[in-house]
Amino acid sequence: MTWQWFINIITKYWPMLVRGAGVTLFISIISTIIGSIIGLIIGTIRTIPKQDRIVRKAILTVINAILTAYVEFFRGTPMIVQASVIFYGAAMIGINMDRTVAAIFIVSINTGAYVAEIVRGGIISIDKGQFEAAHAIGMNHVKTMLNVVLPQVVRNILPAIGNEFVINIKDTSVLNVISVSELFFQAKTVAGNNFRYFETYLIVSIMYLIMTLVVTRILRMIERKMDGPENFIVIPGNQMQVERPEDQLRRQK
Amino acid sequence: MEKVIDIQHLRKSFGSNEILKDIDFSVNKGEVVCIIGSSGSGKSTLLRCINLLEKPTDGAIIYKGENILDNKHDIYAYRTKLGMVFQQFNLFNNHNVLSNCTVGQIKVLKRSKAEAEKVAMKYLSVVGMDNYINAKPKQLSGGQKQRVAIARALSMEPDVLLFDEPTSALDPEMVGEVLAVMKDLAKSGLTMLVVTHEMGFASEVANRVVFMDKGVIAEEGRPEQIFNNPTQERTKEFLKRVLNKQ
Repeated sequence: MTWQWFINIITKYWPMLVRGAGVTLFISIISTIIGSIIGLIIGTIRTIPKQDRIVRKAILTVINAILTAYVEFFRGTPMIVQASVIFYGAAMIGINMDRTVAAIFIVSINTGAYVAEIVRGGIISIDKGQFEAAHAIGMNHVKTMLNVVLPQVVRNILPAIGNEFVINIKDTSVLNVISVSELFFQAKTVAGNNFRYFETYLIVSIMYLIMTLVVTRILRMIERKMDGPENFIVIPGNQMQVERPEDQLRRQK
Repeated sequence: MEKVIDIQHLRKSFGSNEILKDIDFSVNKGEVVCIIGSSGSGKSTLLRCINLLEKPTDGAIIYKGENILDNKHDIYAYRTKLGMVFQQFNLFNNHNVLSNCTVGQIKVLKRSKAEAEKVAMKYLSVVGMDNYINAKPKQLSGGQKQRVAIARALSMEPDVLLFDEPTSALDPEMVGEVLAVMKDLAKSGLTMLVVTHEMGFASEVANRVVFMDKGVIAEEGRPEQIFNNPTQERTKEFLKRVLNKQ
């Protein structure tokens, strides 16, 4: 091992590696977003309160059973196996999937299964009083969720979503089994050309690290932005010229 | 007098545990009714049954000549007519003070944003919180939160305002500011139904005091009668217990 090899690999193969990193980032960003949306919808459906009417109760039971099966299947099998099954399975019934599309599809539904549980946990952790207050001003379940509960859930689960994003950046590497030209696939090609396995993979590991570090920093920034300012502005003056309850009490004392 | 809400033979059980036993009760327009009683007597459950946060097991709730407990009745429209103030405030944590008071108007009553804000500002100034419209709930004290919660309920312009022990979760020094707001509202002719442990407030403001014990209304009457000449033995006992403590 000499330093010369690192420089050789970087100068000769950097366009391939950067393109691979680009594909990795592209697949993980799109899949994390789609997966989060899937998870948000499924998690919300799975927390719908028990219904009184028989028909609704039956429909909800069936939907919940299907969703549970989905979550359990994709959480309980390795993504590398899912990728093979879906890609080659589709090929067998005559659908020739574009490899990048297949990759996004697989990572999305995989992320969706995890995020569904994260969302469910997020909804359960919201204080019951928030639901009651929303119901008390006449909001139905959908309005309550959209205006009161889910905005709080999204804020609370953002760190967990960030986690999923980082996992996706790393786990897209298993998609090389269906020959998606992401970073690990490119690294394999490069190493196969020059036979410098250690140097190539060391460079690639640093590239993965840079991607995950940058992504986590950006997510922290978004979280801070969502929290809004620490302080608030008290609007000066009592424009309505009415006595405030504190003043009234003070005067009476 | 016009009855705003008329409750007939209301029952509520949690499993085999019967909390409310055949309650007959009504609230007239413009009246301030205080419900007192020891913990576990069913006061809060009664209030929560009235706006259907708990589903009554049996009985009828008559509002504008219709039984709300009929399956076909739109309970969401009914709830907008009842304001509710909770012991734990329950302000929407993701909204600031102003939008806590506007979100219901915009999403449920379909008012425009400008109109909703005008209404919200009117009631926020009634409770003295119009200077804090940009604050998030977590930045407010308990008393301030409860006043915003009152403004939120008022912004829906309900027929009745229900208070579920509005001062029980407050520090003693903040109880005064919330009670002051409630007294002002009572004087303005708002129909109010208040579950409270504040006997001073009940005797001063209420038109009628209801004493509940073990799931039934044990005694009701004008405050001077309940507090000075209670007829029932258990009312006497309860009042002796709470008034001695104060």
